[in-house]
Amino acid sequence: MRPILVLAEHRQGQIRDVTFEMLTKAKELSQKTSTESTAVLLGKDVKPQAKSLSDYASRVLLVEDARLENFNAEAYQSVLSKLFDEYKPLLTMIGHTAFGVDLAPGLAVKLNLPLATDCVGLEFENETLTVTRQMYGGKVNVTATLRKAESYIATIRQAAFPVKREAPVGGQIIEVISPLAEETPRKRFIQYVLPPPSGVDITASEILVGVGRGIKDASNIPTLEELAKNLGAALACSRPIVDKGWLPNDRQVGSSGKTVRPKLYLALGISGAFQHVLGMKSSDLIIAVNKDPKAPIFGVADYGVVDDLFKIVPPLKDKINELKAQKA
Amino acid sequence: MDIIVCVKHVPETTEADIKIDSTGKRIEKSGLVFDINEWDDYALEEAVRLKEKFGGTVTAITLGSEDSDATLRKCLARGADTAVRLSDPKFEGSDCYATAKILSRAIKSLPFNLILTGAQADDDGYAAMGTMLAELLEIPHSTMVKKIELTGETVKLNRELEGGLEEIVEVKLPAVLAVQTGINEPRYVSIMGTRKAMQKEIKVLGLAELGLTENEVGETGSWIKIEKMYLPPVEKQAEFLKGSPEEIARKIAEILKTKGLM
Repeated sequence: MRPILVLAEHRQGQIRDVTFEMLTKAKELSQKTSTESTAVLLGKDVKPQAKSLSDYASRVLLVEDARLENFNAEAYQSVLSKLFDEYKPLLTMIGHTAFGVDLAPGLAVKLNLPLATDCVGLEFENETLTVTRQMYGGKVNVTATLRKAESYIATIRQAAFPVKREAPVGGQIIEVISPLAEETPRKRFIQYVLPPPSGVDITASEILVGVGRGIKDASNIPTLEELAKNLGAALACSRPIVDKGWLPNDRQVGSSGKTVRPKLYLALGISGAFQHVLGMKSSDLIIAVNKDPKAPIFGVADYGVVDDLFKIVPPLKDKINELKAQKA
Repeated sequence: MDIIVCVKHVPETTEADIKIDSTGKRIEKSGLVFDINEWDDYALEEAVRLKEKFGGTVTAITLGSEDSDATLRKCLARGADTAVRLSDPKFEGSDCYATAKILSRAIKSLPFNLILTGAQADDDGYAAMGTMLAELLEIPHSTMVKKIELTGETVKLNRELEGGLEEIVEVKLPAVLAVQTGINEPRYVSIMGTRKAMQKEIKVLGLAELGLTENEVGETGSWIKIEKMYLPPVEKQAEFLKGSPEEIARKIAEILKTKGLM
């Protein structure tokens, strides 16, 4: 049986969640297409991880090599090309992550296989792959078809397919001898680094005020800091605020920042791009203020206000102060 | 150090009201403001900074109709030396792969040590162009780049990973680097600079000049085809609080009180 290959993503010994999400989807697709869900694990000393993958996949292809200890698109592409020749997958699924986007497009060009990136839906119809993706920062969805081919590659958005915890599949682990040749690599991993902490741990705060592009200017930060202080909250933000240097790196909520679960998340001027939503959607209560009634943040918020945040913030500060005075 | 920067002219949609046009496959573009793709803006700034430090040239290149000249002029005003627009009616409908093929063909005839581009485009969000281009040019690449340090034959760079972590990798030159937003602070351009840029020539190249065939570009040369565009289904909708700002503030305060958050 032809496989659907799922590239296991791991970092510092941990298999990343997107892997299990992809394996869940691969299992569903494999039942419809008479294929076999097959995890591909490239690494060094990763047999225990191969075991955990076998709970979700019918087969696990394990390639161990010291040069595969850390992710390297060049080495990964070389190994995957060889596996591809041998296993002729119907589909290869790779996470739409920092690792995945570094690998999949090059692999697709090398193998001359149609690629769809950042997919949130995948279906086969008459052996043609149809995908669902988002465009314009999540403001629209599209259904797209790939050019008919023997095989396809897709990168999969994180959290697009919820993991189904079912009885372990107990897939067979197949050890494959590393096909990496002795060649001078053009790309070399050096080390992981964590930017220095700023002293505020947003994951520890029960209330968060999250600010986004809608706050317009750095000069507005102090007044928002004040609102946060009145609420007993920490000030967090979406990506554009860190990009502009208005708040330090570790205040960023989202896939490339922190994941938070406060009792209240007050989102001010945040549109709600999926990368941000990934980091805050599990908050107990979400209140969002945004000028655009179609902003995706209103799809995750419990309460929404369609208005200019600077009209809402001053009276909100007053009301909070009133409540605090009553209590005291 | 000769640097090529690949840029894209895209509509600004973050705060715009988006409508789908009558084809059901595209958004209605009229009324939208177009500008350089945000990620490419950072790539251009990085290129100009490297040129200022090490000397050399910066060439901005794009694929698009005459409208894209506005983005190329912005690049020229910000410090690019030359600008090239790849334009042909046959390029219409090119996806990321077809675009990478067209760009790679044009770039092959230009001198370069480094190619910079944005890690993704604001409109289609494929996040694939830089890597495809590198593979077509048979040179190394890296994406999600947050810091670039040139060290002779190689470049040492920081890549942004998930969860606030970064990795440092070393890549041999020439290479394609796709940069992430926040890598620098793009400069503002003086009116004088903008005026000067208006006078510079933009080189335009089409299918024939690039030695491409019709089958390699446009929809036929693409991998992915949009069949239908629609507004995302609403899974959950917030309860909207209405009234004057004072009334809204009072309602929010009440919610906080009821939930025991005060």
